[in-house]
Amino acid sequence: MNPTSGLRARLAEAHRDQRVVDAVHLATWRKVEARADAMAGLRHYAALRDRAAQIRQHTLDHLPQYLEQFVERATALGATVHFAANADAACATVCDIAVSRGLKLAVKSKSMTTEEVHLNDALLAAGVRVVETDLGEFIVQIDRDRPSHIITPIIHKDRRQVARAMARELGCPYTEDPAEMTRIARQHLRDIFRRCDLGITGANFAVAETGTLCLVTNEGNGRMTVTRPRVHVALVGIEKIIPRLIDLPVILKLLARSSTGQPLGAYTTLITGPRREGDVDGPEELHIVLLDNGRSRILSGPFREVLRCVRCGACLNACPVYRNVGGHAYNSVYPGPIGSVLSPLLYGRPAEELPRASSLCGLCYQVCPVKIDIPRLLVQLRTATRARQPRGKRLLMRAWAWAMDRPWLYRLAQRLMRRLLPDDGTGWINRDNHLFRRPLRAWTAQRDLLRPPPQSFRELWKGGLGDER
Amino acid sequence: MEVALFATCLTDTFYPRVGQAVVRLLRHFGCRVCFPDGQTCCGQPAYNSGFHAEAAALLHRMTRVFAPYACVVTPSASCAAMVKHHGPPLLADNPPAHEAALRLADKTWEFNTFLRDQLNVDVAGLLRFEEPVTFHYPCHARELYSPADLQGWLRGNGHDVRTPVHADLCCGFGGVFAVEFPEVSGAMLDDKLTELAATGATLVICNEAACALQMMGGARRRGLPLRFKHLAECLAESLGLLEPAA
Repeated sequence: MNPTSGLRARLAEAHRDQRVVDAVHLATWRKVEARADAMAGLRHYAALRDRAAQIRQHTLDHLPQYLEQFVERATALGATVHFAANADAACATVCDIAVSRGLKLAVKSKSMTTEEVHLNDALLAAGVRVVETDLGEFIVQIDRDRPSHIITPIIHKDRRQVARAMARELGCPYTEDPAEMTRIARQHLRDIFRRCDLGITGANFAVAETGTLCLVTNEGNGRMTVTRPRVHVALVGIEKIIPRLIDLPVILKLLARSSTGQPLGAYTTLITGPRREGDVDGPEELHIVLLDNGRSRILSGPFREVLRCVRCGACLNACPVYRNVGGHAYNSVYPGPIGSVLSPLLYGRPAEELPRASSLCGLCYQVCPVKIDIPRLLVQLRTATRARQPRGKRLLMRAWAWAMDRPWLYRLAQRLMRRLLPDDGTGWINRDNHLFRRPLRAWTAQRDLLRPPPQSFRELWKGGLGDER
Repeated sequence: MEVALFATCLTDTFYPRVGQAVVRLLRHFGCRVCFPDGQTCCGQPAYNSGFHAEAAALLHRMTRVFAPYACVVTPSASCAAMVKHHGPPLLADNPPAHEAALRLADKTWEFNTFLRDQLNVDVAGLLRFEEPVTFHYPCHARELYSPADLQGWLRGNGHDVRTPVHADLCCGFGGVFAVEFPEVSGAMLDDKLTELAATGATLVICNEAACALQMMGGARRRGLPLRFKHLAECLAESLGLLEPAA
């Protein structure tokens, strides 16, 4: 079986969903332009980007030391720190916290780590109701859908689909007015916030120096999630550490600009320990679950730099492949260019063909605020699956390389190609006029093939060009 | 100055006129041009597909073919980027070969940047267009020249240069990607051609044989009246070194 053919079919099918493709085109182009405008207005963009990449890489290069410092500081502040080696352990830890304290209703702000470990399913099975409070994630949840973008989970939906889901699931009057839909969702969530006893978040950053968690949100739901319930649990990837508080603004300046073109997220929440004597709000208990789930393995391998990622989503917005297939086609919590690097590293075989689905145009690298060289990593990952490529392809590649090592054979192949390709006088080979339907079809299904002209360059050279003047 | 031409396999096979233009231009600007007959391919298709042993062997071969020359010029940014940036690390575990690859990387020039940086040619001043032009910026030129550089070369003499909405949008070729994921590649091609056609110009400057194969074939299939030319062809025509082509 050709492993890429499954992925090819999946991507082709995703592209046939015109409504999704239109919605994703519209949204990604808007974000690409917003990002470009925001960066153009930022002084010292290149220097900031260099610095952000440096901070992230430095942290990864010294991660054990900074993790230790973070744990020490957070614990001293009264937080309880847990380690979760994998997704199951993470879910078990969070469920245990909830069940042992009799917590029944959880509110969540948007978090990729909780998506990664499928925490909602685990909590539900443990008898805890979980409500997503980020508007996009809320709609995903009520519509029993999956997020298709790491920042904009419903980028694939249009207004009508959202309106239908809300009318159906919330029993509210049907409306397509975004302001009205937001009001209805807010009202619904207010009631949940009033009753909840557990708040679940991820973290954008964890500051080693101060034991602080940093959350960036746009709707205020993050702030309510960490102040209203009695217990706050943050599930944080171990790579989210940054060394010092003064490193934070460097990255914050780039994060929201990369994501949405905003100078800063609407809410930047810094959480330093649970509620203290005299505080007016905040949780009685703060639990920080540090998630490994393959990260330390990635850290010790050649793909370490992928862990610099700050989950801004700029590479998804910039990617012409993502734009044409949407996020679901990647079959992974992490879609798009960064997902095509991260998913095979996290999930192995089932995702290992993703790196091939890229034209390597490099826009992902161009827009990455922490300079992850995604195209290079994609190429590197392709080497890993070489042995599992279809036999025909491996043979063809070897035969091609063998011929290219022998100029006489290369010239012969050039001449043979001209001889064997059909010639109807137009200079072109189209869908119908060639005998080699199968081998050429992958090309001619989408575009005509230029017939090589009667003389190659080297024949022109030999035939007089070389001796001119 | 003696220059060895690295024609690249695609230009050699599909676009001999581009090679012809480059040779005549280099001679026009005072270079002695050699064409080492042993050259084939730089190995990029193998590199991009993850067949790195094969790519390394072909790159090593390139270093031997071009060893006698002090300067190598190629009309392809993509092949230049392969030789200059991606290639040398492939030979890292063979020090003498690695050394040779680094030397080749150092002396290899993409044609347009060679004219600008080595020969000090004022391309903008010499180019003549009789019609509006638009352009395709090849993704792999990124470390060699910017979209603004390309616009600058085209814009001289009051030319009507129509910039596509997203100048750095990929054409969807991507090597083996084009045939492994033809539907997605075709969709990207649609996006690209739509932007080019929307400029209203029918002449597209495309300095990359691979992108040209994709976009010419795509435009023909879709019945779009777009024509594609390498900047070298236009410059050679402007200077009377090539018969104007349609």
